[in-house]
Amino acid sequence: MSTHDIDDQYVRFINVKKSYDQQSLVVKDFSLDIRKGEFVTLLGPSGSGKTTCLMMLAGFEDVTSGTIQINGKSVQDVAPYHRNIGMVFQHYALFPHMTIAENLAYPLKVRKLPASEVKQKVKDALALVELDAFGGRYPGQLSGGQKQRVALARSLIFEPSIVLMDEPLGALDKNLREHMQYEIKRLHEQLGFTAIYVTHDQTEALTMSDRIAVFNDGVVQQCASPSALYETPANSFVADFIGENNHINGKVESNNGEIAEISLSRGDRVRALDINCPPVGEPCVLAVRPENLFIATAGREYDNVISAEFITRLYVGDSIRYFFKMSDGAELMVKVLNDQDAPIIEPGAPTRLTWATERGLALDKPAGKNPVKAA
Amino acid sequence: MSNPELTPDEIRQANRNRRRAKLLAIFFVLPLLGFIFVTFVAPIGTMLYRSFYHPTVSELVPETLAQLDKWSESSGELPPPDALNTFAVELKTLAKDRLSGKLAEEINRALPGSSSLIKSTARRVSRTDTAELQSRGNEILFDAHKKWQQVEVWRAIKKSGSVVTADFYLTALDLEHSPSGEIVQRGTQIYIDLYWKSLKIAFYITVLTAIIGFPLAWYLANAPTRVANTLMIFVLLPFWTSLLVRTTSWIALLQTNGVVNSTLMSLHIIDEPLEMLYTQFATVIAMTHILLPFMVLPLYSVMKGIDPSYFRAALSLGAKPIPAFVRIYMPMTVPGLSAGALLVFIISIGYYITPALVGGTEGQMISNIIAFHMQSSNNWELAAALGSLLLLLITLLYWLYDRLVGISNLKLG
Repeated sequence: MSTHDIDDQYVRFINVKKSYDQQSLVVKDFSLDIRKGEFVTLLGPSGSGKTTCLMMLAGFEDVTSGTIQINGKSVQDVAPYHRNIGMVFQHYALFPHMTIAENLAYPLKVRKLPASEVKQKVKDALALVELDAFGGRYPGQLSGGQKQRVALARSLIFEPSIVLMDEPLGALDKNLREHMQYEIKRLHEQLGFTAIYVTHDQTEALTMSDRIAVFNDGVVQQCASPSALYETPANSFVADFIGENNHINGKVESNNGEIAEISLSRGDRVRALDINCPPVGEPCVLAVRPENLFIATAGREYDNVISAEFITRLYVGDSIRYFFKMSDGAELMVKVLNDQDAPIIEPGAPTRLTWATERGLALDKPAGKNPVKAA
Repeated sequence: MSNPELTPDEIRQANRNRRRAKLLAIFFVLPLLGFIFVTFVAPIGTMLYRSFYHPTVSELVPETLAQLDKWSESSGELPPPDALNTFAVELKTLAKDRLSGKLAEEINRALPGSSSLIKSTARRVSRTDTAELQSRGNEILFDAHKKWQQVEVWRAIKKSGSVVTADFYLTALDLEHSPSGEIVQRGTQIYIDLYWKSLKIAFYITVLTAIIGFPLAWYLANAPTRVANTLMIFVLLPFWTSLLVRTTSWIALLQTNGVVNSTLMSLHIIDEPLEMLYTQFATVIAMTHILLPFMVLPLYSVMKGIDPSYFRAALSLGAKPIPAFVRIYMPMTVPGLSAGALLVFIISIGYYITPALVGGTEGQMISNIIAFHMQSSNNWELAAALGSLLLLLITLLYWLYDRLVGISNLKLG
């Protein structure tokens, strides 16, 4: 195997399965290769198996079947304390009876580094997360964001090549979370470690990751870059889970392998990109993002037009959300920038909605009755 | 004015509301306060009072004591004849009222051997005319017994006559007044030894419950809920059975022909039965069993609250399991461990029933001697002094604990 391959497959999950009760699988046949220095996010609703994968990599859970390799070597028989993997926990897991400096020194002391080196590294680590003056304090005296920064510094101080983060920002409020996302990103770029990040927050995943593996029900639905996930979701779960989406039920009429023609409930015919389109004659879902759906005006009309009844609008601030109802009861949302063009519509008024063919995605109909599975 | 926004009227109104809320709160706890006062504060108060307030002698021979008041006991001379006369008259009165025995008992406590002196003299003076006693009572006393010419006897009478006395505390600390009035150690050490032994036994029990309770609590805290709940019933079972039943079952186990001995003998591990019952060993074993839940419950509740990710974090940082457990997990259990230790220690140091039943003489603790003075020797004052010292000791330990660990770190559940 060449160096190139090893770097491309620095961390490998090969057909990994995990069961806690010997009856049902929490992780079903998970395979993923992670490049050295890559920032990969495992994204999914709670209970989808993403944290379990992280714990198996860290060595806190056994692998029921399959292999996990780091740098070309299986880690099955390596104890967690020998894996040299940094880990950041959701609730920080800073040792409350030690000062910040002692917390940071702990991984170095168990590695029996000389005292002077420990001191210097702790100082550097505190500087790295901009908490120079906090070495003597106890975790209880720090705010949530500061604690998280210390936890991050502690997971990095012994220079692990891989850092795992298990919903590290879950306990922080929104502003702090955004700041910390930037902070983590900065450290990742500065230090070049391989990061595997677990979250259920799709915005966080989109802004931070090189690649995102979307989990559902123990299976990876799609693993791709944020833009690919958002723009060309592999199936209706991903389309729905990442960002907001309008779902229009229909039936496949024809499909040339690129563009599918779909008939809607009232007989309207629309065209959409074939992403994961069922065979001709089968029911399907047409997904259009709210920002790609427009209220048709005289000067602006795209390839596809449908009519719907206006219900209400929600004022969000930078944008306004308009809600419409189709004749079959399906609700549609249109996101309009809050500028002079935002129209005023009477409730109940019939309105024409329009979108470009390349912005509509023809997808499979989800197995569940309710197409909206997760917010 | 602290808050310029409020007018005086508004401040008055606010204060009134606050006062009313306080009164209402007091009203709700009034029955409890009454109960505590009647059953707890008042009895303990009278016991404490009794340990230093001792009016018996001063009620028996009040006039003699009034006269002795002017006499200096360190002068080495006998009290003036008037005082001796008065004593002779009062002794006659006591003899008639059959109270001379009580006086003898009291003085004997201050000066051993004076009981027979007083009793025989009382018989003598009761046959003498009062007028004669008034005029030459001193000579009659000297005639009755030559000991009356010794200064020590009068010192003892004057000393027992003082209403407020530290004697019982001195006795409880194995100290006494020497004839010349200094505080010296008693020849035999009884009570200090007992306090020391009680402390030792309590310490052994605390260490044993910690050694047994810690792994158990850890297992309970980390076991699946269903298993933990089932096991918890076994931990709580001792709470639901009678203390006497549990203690007597230890008698059945430990006695010479008991279960333990017969099992060991049938296995040919020992040839003759071990002496286990009525020893300090029996006290420690039985009390460890009884007090174990007090250690397990606080430990369990603290361990239950420790996020497993601390331990995982330590492992991920490169610590091996045992060092991680000692350095990271154990310090977090300190609030529970110290709460359990304090509970077990304080409960066991004053424990009565178990040492009384299985301890024999070797396994007796301080509370047993207190009970002895309450029930058998009728020396309630000494019992009160011993009890007060025990209370002081426990308060001292509590204070020490607060200094070392901090009461705010305590977590009972």
